[in-house]
Amino acid sequence: MEKKFITGNEALVLGAIDGGAEMFFGYPITPATEILEGWIGKSLEDKNLQYLQAEDETASGFATIGAILAGKKAFTATAGVGHVLMQDPVSMAENERLPFVGIIAQRGGPSTGTVIYSQQEVDLAALGGNGDGLRIVYSASNAAEAYELAAKIFSTAWKYRFPTFLLSDGYLGKQKTTSEFKKPLKPYPSEKILKESVEKPVHLRNCFGSEEEFAEVLKKNIADYKEIISKVAECESYKTVGAEEIIIAHGSVAASAKTAIDELRLEKIKVGLVRPITIRPLDCRAMLSVLRKAKRIYIIESAFEQFARLVIYKMPEIADKTKKMFKPAQGISPDEIIQLVKNNQ
Amino acid sequence: MEKIDEQFAMPACINAKSKPSLFCPGCGESMILKHLGGVIDNEKMQTKTTLAIDIGCTLLAWNYFNFDIIQTHHGRSVPVAVGYKMSRDKRLVIALMGDGGAYAIGLQSLLHAAFRNNPILAIVINNTEYSMTGGQMAPTTIPSEVTSTSPIGKNASCFGPAFHGPELVRQIANPNAYIARGSVSNPTILEKMISKAIKNQIDGNFSMIEILSICPTNWKTDAKGSFEFLSKLENIYSLGEIIKNDKKDN
Repeated sequence: MEKKFITGNEALVLGAIDGGAEMFFGYPITPATEILEGWIGKSLEDKNLQYLQAEDETASGFATIGAILAGKKAFTATAGVGHVLMQDPVSMAENERLPFVGIIAQRGGPSTGTVIYSQQEVDLAALGGNGDGLRIVYSASNAAEAYELAAKIFSTAWKYRFPTFLLSDGYLGKQKTTSEFKKPLKPYPSEKILKESVEKPVHLRNCFGSEEEFAEVLKKNIADYKEIISKVAECESYKTVGAEEIIIAHGSVAASAKTAIDELRLEKIKVGLVRPITIRPLDCRAMLSVLRKAKRIYIIESAFEQFARLVIYKMPEIADKTKKMFKPAQGISPDEIIQLVKNNQ
Repeated sequence: MEKIDEQFAMPACINAKSKPSLFCPGCGESMILKHLGGVIDNEKMQTKTTLAIDIGCTLLAWNYFNFDIIQTHHGRSVPVAVGYKMSRDKRLVIALMGDGGAYAIGLQSLLHAAFRNNPILAIVINNTEYSMTGGQMAPTTIPSEVTSTSPIGKNASCFGPAFHGPELVRQIANPNAYIARGSVSNPTILEKMISKAIKNQIDGNFSMIEILSICPTNWKTDAKGSFEFLSKLENIYSLGEIIKNDKKDN
């Protein structure tokens, strides 16, 4: 454990380096820009770290793929409209089972000025592109976790060979806090995907001769994805023992919910939090073990139904006892959560 | 007889399992791939080559050679090649694409790779149209040329004249780049260009060759008609070296 006074974006860069990252490709976009700047700063100290500020996010995504094919732990970071462009390379990575790694610093809508509080990029990260969403998506709720997950996403991507993302936001990325940082586990190794052999050359493609040929590939990928769910999915339960009411939230909103729960508990209101650390896939088994016992559930997010759709689709049995609070592209304070819970007593 | 056999033999680096070819009869791209393979053989580069290809007719080369091939999306073989080359700087990394991929949807990446002098070889096959999708107008479609999206002939005042890609790239490319335009009508010169472009890439510089090619299927031409139209294109798109890295020639 080491204590540091740093921003979330600084924690993300440190985490990526400790996760074994070697190359970064990106384009300046708020609130992810400090990840690009931070990585470049670190590359001046360590000549093994490479980077390219590309002409756009499409290029940075495809160049990330080029480096990954060569066996490098490469990644990108983006937001908003850049994340939209990124769906082109991510769709390729998803289809060809490439260990693409991206940090998504969520912002509100397509425009600028709304770059602090948002969870509006959940759909895009989890299900964007022209595939079936065979991706792994983590969501960090504070700087210490941002560091830990930024290291972990490389191992997850290279071990299971699905594109892996870490969601952040402007509030988390730019806020400077004192946090304790746990040393990450030994990184899972990368390897060359193009083997550079003329005897057994690798011919990777996402063009197929027929729908049936493609269907066989998809069938295997979907089966592999289902297989890894229990190994990858994670969630945190906070003060859920004896809780009658449960809040489900992720990222910065979950951090706000924790503060609200601490205060509500002082007033003897038995409320707890279930916080998915992976929002795709969800750890439904662990979540349901808590949620089944709850009398009332709240799903709270800084978006309109994006996270709620993922949760309710996977756990329809909680729908009838669930209340929702959506504040698209706005922050959600502990006071608002306290009020929501009190209004339902 | 031996000499003729030698002349028509397929290069050793070509994957025999990719035959019969997926290209349409008479397609210029398979001729280009054969010449590329021949140069790779001559330069003894098979073990050092990695090829990135676009979607479009170039994707039909997905298993054409006995070295690694990665098929990307429209106009994206250039950034994939850039990322790969940054990681494996001793490799010969080739990005193969059509004129639509290079000059429309992927132009931004092509220009910036040239601007940064990324040491990759970009090969652009110019047959003046989008071929895989059935012959639509491309930036390279020449004025008055009939395509499925310029059915009464390309109106240059609305859609622009013939797009000169290498001449555009030259404006921002590093002086050490090698940029040339060849044609399937002259394989000897084309192979010399490919050879020079490979050497220039190995020396650490951006290289680009546009190759004028034929598309009998979408042009709806026979062999004679195909080469007559190619000859017309060669009058509009001048063949030759556009930046030849003179510094290194001296």
